[in-house]
Order: sequence, then C-alpha cells, then structure tokens
Amino acid sequence: MATAAATTAPSWTPDQPMVCVKDVRKSFGAFEVLKGVSMDVAKGETICIIGPSGSGKSTLIRCINALVDIDGGSIKVEGQEVNDPKLDKLKLRRKVGMVFQQYNLFPHKTALQNVMMAPINVLKEDKAKVEDRARKLIAKVRLTGKENNYPGELSGGQQQRVAIARSLAMRPDIMLFDEVTAALDPETVKEVLFTIRELAEEGMTCILVTHEMKFARDVADHIYFTDKGVIVEHAPPAEFFENPRDERTKTFLGQIL
Amino acid sequence: MACDVAPPDAIAAVGCWIQANAGVNLTILHDPFDRSRFISGIGMTIWLSVVSLFFSLIIGVVGAWAQGSDYKWIRWLINGFIVVFRNTPPLVQIFFFYFGVSNLLPAVEDDVGMRQPLLTNVQWAIFSLSLFAGAFNIEIFRSGIEAVPNSTKEAASALGYTRLGTYLHVVLPLAIRVCLPALNNNLVNLLKTTSLAYAIAVPELLYASKNIWTDAQNVPTMMVVLLLTYVALVGVLVWAMNSWERSMAIPGFGQGRGR
Repeated sequence: MATAAATTAPSWTPDQPMVCVKDVRKSFGAFEVLKGVSMDVAKGETICIIGPSGSGKSTLIRCINALVDIDGGSIKVEGQEVNDPKLDKLKLRRKVGMVFQQYNLFPHKTALQNVMMAPINVLKEDKAKVEDRARKLIAKVRLTGKENNYPGELSGGQQQRVAIARSLAMRPDIMLFDEVTAALDPETVKEVLFTIRELAEEGMTCILVTHEMKFARDVADHIYFTDKGVIVEHAPPAEFFENPRDERTKTFLGQIL
Repeated sequence: MACDVAPPDAIAAVGCWIQANAGVNLTILHDPFDRSRFISGIGMTIWLSVVSLFFSLIIGVVGAWAQGSDYKWIRWLINGFIVVFRNTPPLVQIFFFYFGVSNLLPAVEDDVGMRQPLLTNVQWAIFSLSLFAGAFNIEIFRSGIEAVPNSTKEAASALGYTRLGTYLHVVLPLAIRVCLPALNNNLVNLLKTTSLAYAIAVPELLYASKNIWTDAQNVPTMMVVLLLTYVALVGVLVWAMNSWERSMAIPGFGQGRGR
C-alpha cells in the first residue's frame, strides 16, 4: 500500500494548492538560475510570471513538469512531489500541458494529426474518438478549415494555436505557457491571447511566463515578478501595477510601460 | 552455335541477326543456357541488394537509436562496430566471414551425409554486406537524428512521450527526411558492392558474366553488357529512392516541395 505513494497523490484535495513551489534552487554549471523560489497556485487560478530576461522565469515553469530537474527545494503538483526520483515523470507530464515560445509542432504531421498524435500514441485512446475531440479543439482555437495544413503552411499565430490544441488534447489539469507570444508579430499575438483568455475563463489552471503586461493585468489572478533568480514581489494585478513596492519592480515597470 | 539452327524465339532471332550483321556475339540473347545464367545472375544481384538493404536499414535505425543510449558500454559497442566495418575493405570483411568465421563454426551434415557449413556463401554475403552498409547507415541516421531540434524532442516529452516513443513517432520520421540523400548514396554503393560476392562464388551478375565470357570468348562484349546492366540496376534504385524522397516531402520543411 505504501508503494502506491509514488504514482498517486497522497491525500490531495482540490482546495489545496494545485501547484506548490517551495524554496526551489537550480544551477546550470556555476550559474545559479533559481535561488530559492516559492509560489502557490490554486485550482482554476491564472498566474503570470514577469521579469527581465535571464531572471529564471522559463526555468521555473520547466521545473514544474520536470523538463528541468531541480537541485533543491520542492515542487508539488496535486500533492505529488515532482522531485521524487520514484515519480513517473511521463504520468506527471500527461496532466501538465506545456506550450513553447517556438510552438515546436511536429513538422511532418498536419494540424489535425499534431493534435491527435499524443492521445493515440501515449494514452492509447481510440482513434475515432480522438479525431472527434481533435476537430472540436481545432474549432475551439478557431482554425476550422486548416486541419489538413502542415505547420510550414500556417502562420506563427496559427501554429501556436495548434500547439495549444495539441496540449489540450491530453486533457491536462494545468497549462504552462512559456513566452508563447514572444516570437509572434503583433497582429497574431491577439488571436493567441484570446485563446488563452478563453481557457482561463473556463477555469483551467494556467501559469504563464509573459511580457504582455496589458494581458497579464486583464487575465491574471496573481502576478509574480522575478529578477536574478528570486521572486521580488507578488500581488494581485491591480495592486502590482498601481502600487509596486520594490524598487526593482518600479524600474522594470517604468522601462516597459 | 545456337544460330546454326533456327532461333527458338524473337530475342534469339535478334541476337543471331546482330551476330550475322555486326559480328557481335551476344550469347545472352541467342544461347538459352547463357541467357538463363545471365538472368539468374541479375536475379541474385537484386536478391543480395534487397535483402542486405533491408537488414542494413534495420541495423542503421537500431544502431543510431542505441548510440543515444544512457549506457556507456552500449555506445562503445556501437562505435566499435562502426570503426571495424567502416575502416576495413568490404572484400576483406567478406573473406573474414566466409573463410575465417565460417571455419570456426560447427558444420552440419546434410541429407546425404556431406558436411556443409552452417551458412551458405549467399547467406554469408548477405550477412557481411548488411553489416558493411549498416555501419554507414548508423552514421547517416545519426546525422539525421542530430538535425532534429532539441525543442521538438522536448515538446514530445512534455506530451508524455517516452524516449522510444519520441524516437519512433517524431525523431525518426524527421531524421529519415533529412538523411535521405546520404542514404540514397550508401544504398547505391551497397548495390555495387554486391559484385564482391563474386569472390566467394556467389552466382551474381559479375560471376555469371565471367562464366559466360570464358565459355563464349566474348570478353569485350560482356564487359559492355555488364557495365550497362549495372547502370540500369542502379538507375532503377535511384529512381525508386527519388520517388520515395518526393512522396515524403513536407510543405515548409527542409527542401520539401510537396503540394
């Protein structure tokens, strides 16, 4: 019975934080990227992490689905310790969806096939059912008619929306967005943000690393500001943007707003 | 010889006509025995090529995957294999297996009590040609695999794919497209290298041709025939590989001209 602890979340209930990051440290060689970072994300919450380049934002969210191993501290997803060597990382990643800056679609598959692949190959689900769901997801990200186009034939914004649909096809509990609009031109940014906003409003737990301040202000329940591997301050958006307390936050906001 | 009597079919008639009017002795046309030797030689060359090609591709795919293994000794094993088979002439490899290894293996008795080697010369030729081409294929597939961006593999792991799943569904389909031109070259090379099986008396195209020209005394003629036959065989292979390359082209990826 005790062995079950490695794969199932022990005594986790939805009123507890869905993601619980505590004092996380991570170094790449001699460079310490995260110097003791903590944050709690409740179910259904939308969190935006902002901060200057190289402050450890992307590394932090990559730790949450174990794409990056942490050196110290703890990360719990639905009560399950991510850093546990006995943990089945693949199982964890099936409930934590991730969307990347460079979309990273599979170039040899059409939009529809990109969305269908993981549920068929990883979850071994029935092809007809997956296709049905994939078509609905393509429609949800407003790409009906593009099902049979290859990634190389789609614009950046369209590719990014396929990437979102691809993650959603795995029915994740949490979605991570790593600067998903940073590589897009201004017009296509809007379509992607619209999709993310819809998701957040439907109650998906979302953690975003972003430089879109206006979007963060409108959509986030809570904003975290990171600099040089630490969380400088965090607050609900109204408070964060109106009354930043720390000097570094003020400087950063002064530069970009 | 065969032209002293009435030629048995149209091809033989053409052969006799050529001999009568141009003085070129194409026994593979008008002598039924030479013709059947020649055709079965072509058949053997195709058989050696297709079977070795098949096994060499499997060696390439599996070897390239094992090269990325977490275990040091597996990587060493693969690299050692590549060094041995890339740094030695294919004829030496064929001799090594047929005269060396084969002698160390126990022989088996056939129905009439004759002691026969465990593998026939044809089987040894396939074995050693597959390893020879396979060693190159591993390196070719590796170059293709390395061309697949890490971010693409990362996206697959983020979706819950295992290392093997990522390899089969994402890395390999992309890698094959990248390395097709190099693979194409190696497979052409393999087809031509099958002629070395001559040295262990495998009745392939070159061996059959040699038998024909020693009997019919038409050496220069058979040389030209042999050359042209190889040109045609490789031509068919290249055509097939090019159609494969075209059918795999993806719009917006690499040199893809699809659609």
